[in-house]
Amino acid sequence: MSILVNKNTRVITQGITGSQGLFHTRQAIEYGTNVVGGVTPGKGGTTVEGVPVFNTVEQAVRETGANASVIYVPPAFAADAIMEAVDAGVDLVICITEGIPVLDMVKVKRFMEGRRSRLIGPNCPGVITPGECKIGIMPGYIHTPGKVGVVSRSGTLTYEAVYQLTVRGIGQSTAVGIGGDPVKGTEFIDVLKMFNEDPETEAVIMIGEIGGTAEEQAAEWIRQHMKKPVVGFVAGATAPPGRRMGHAGAIISGGSGTAASKIAKMQECGIRVAPTPSEMGSTLYAVLEERGLLARCKVKA
Amino acid sequence: MNIHEYQAKAVLAQYGVAVPQGKVAFTVEEAVANARELGGQGVVKAQIHAGGRGKAGGVKLARSLAEVEQHARELLGKTLVTHQTGPEGKVVKRLLIEQLTAIQKEYYIGVVVDRSAGRVVMMASAEGGMEIEEVAAQHPEKIFRETIDPAVGLLPYQARNLAFAMEIPAPLVNKAVRFMQGLYQCFVEKDCSIAEINPLVTTADGEVLALDAKLNFDDNALYRHPDILELRDLDEEDPKEIEASKFGLSYIALDGNIGCMVNGAGLAMATMDTIKYYGGEPANFLDVGGGASEEKVTEAFKIILSDPKVRGILVNIFGGIMKCDVIANGVVAAARQVGLDKPLVVRLEGTNVELGKKILNESGLQIVAADSLADAAQRIVSLV
Repeated sequence: MSILVNKNTRVITQGITGSQGLFHTRQAIEYGTNVVGGVTPGKGGTTVEGVPVFNTVEQAVRETGANASVIYVPPAFAADAIMEAVDAGVDLVICITEGIPVLDMVKVKRFMEGRRSRLIGPNCPGVITPGECKIGIMPGYIHTPGKVGVVSRSGTLTYEAVYQLTVRGIGQSTAVGIGGDPVKGTEFIDVLKMFNEDPETEAVIMIGEIGGTAEEQAAEWIRQHMKKPVVGFVAGATAPPGRRMGHAGAIISGGSGTAASKIAKMQECGIRVAPTPSEMGSTLYAVLEERGLLARCKVKA
Repeated sequence: MNIHEYQAKAVLAQYGVAVPQGKVAFTVEEAVANARELGGQGVVKAQIHAGGRGKAGGVKLARSLAEVEQHARELLGKTLVTHQTGPEGKVVKRLLIEQLTAIQKEYYIGVVVDRSAGRVVMMASAEGGMEIEEVAAQHPEKIFRETIDPAVGLLPYQARNLAFAMEIPAPLVNKAVRFMQGLYQCFVEKDCSIAEINPLVTTADGEVLALDAKLNFDDNALYRHPDILELRDLDEEDPKEIEASKFGLSYIALDGNIGCMVNGAGLAMATMDTIKYYGGEPANFLDVGGGASEEKVTEAFKIILSDPKVRGILVNIFGGIMKCDVIANGVVAAARQVGLDKPLVVRLEGTNVELGKKILNESGLQIVAADSLADAAQRIVSLV
């Protein structure tokens, strides 16, 4: 089991004929993802990587029965692409694009109210259920099927965590990058709820960064509802206030959103926080051992 | 992106937001000429990209042209140190000469995006002129908020709610409502990330004015606002950061001596944190991004080395889209071009990692290979 995506997920790529879309569609197919089509306006009727290309998402969904879409279109057109997928009734929309204006995302969130789609991202690495379905830009080979859920605001730090688990023989149920933008489709709590209810997930790593209060809200939710152990990390302890650290969402403003305040809240809520990013894997390993979960989470050699 | 107060007021005026009459001056002569147009007196305000100018002595009242001249002479070229500039301060190169305002009372209005709501929020308070963060921390009940539905914008009743809550005198409420609606319109049409009027003032002659104005813009949206992009003042930015932005690199200068080159913002921050954890000090934040070319990596390397404080470099790459061999080629090319004479620790993982390591090994350069982020940080800290 897993969350969000599995071997039955039928995926289309929006922006399939662009260089990013093409490269990662090829990688996804090689990984075994069930890619059923793609969309590029004006390129309908052609075939790319052995899958049909459509002019509109509505057409692609009708012809292929796709229930997930991944978006690689440039930032100026990405909000429109998300809303097109949502309007076509795609269950899961994953937007990889970095650099979408924040107010475009405010409109997207408003547009999605009352509609059934879930959006992951934007500005995220995507979602992977190891061995079954890879949607996004993460390197597939570092993942191992297993029972630890990973949820993160940062792309490369997600890889770091996954890799540290894999080398210790701990597999992952699903790894979800929720993205580094201030306004996004899915928050920590949404993913934590899914991991909490997934019978095959035994523990979770949650990776936050400076800015906003999403980590604090998630920690409070964990204290009240989470049945499974959670290990955390927060990047940006050394970031200067008032400066945007790469991600649009990673900024300490007015003394709030610091790593120290997030870590304190997480610890207060029973989350074991790794002191350095190198120790995310070992911290989780230690927690699994203490809780007697290690045998169930170790991948059999 | 930030702009100056006088520029922000000009942008706001396009949306019908009332601002005091005033004009920018780059020289003492211009300052005096501007004051003459205002009737021989005015406020002389230093224009730098930082708050706290009043407390730092950057805002002066002048009752005569002689006083205007004296203040302008004193402020132009002066280094102002405020709580937002850092200890090195900022040199004043522009002044705003503004009409004197007969203030009755000061208020606060701010517009931001509320992340958790995913909506624009307007905040208002009767505690004008204060640091709003202090008010929020000590008296959160004194800040009033209206969350705005993007489909309909700021509705008049919402603006009235705020105006009455912060006790704007009843005869001026309609003017305050127009002010707030103009401010919101400006925020959304120009893709602001922050719009702050502190203080908003009511005057003896019944006006509602923005006495100060701060507008920040969403960098991701600047492509659709060439008029705003023209207002960028490169004098206010770090030259290394300007150079980095030309190559699409995200670079921020810091105070330490260990240069960092990392892919991904989260990993870049985590790398800085790890250096500090092992007793070192990072010299910069640098995210080379996902799809960096060899040329981009070379430029990144040169920018790091142009900082004279840098005594060693840590490269930490976890390749996803970014391929390790591309990074390795960039590092080798840059090290050769600049004749690298400082310790260099490289940690590579991810796509094409073996090829990347091979390129570094065969380069003949003195490169210390590291197995993990912790290992890499410990090695560079011990070498500088």
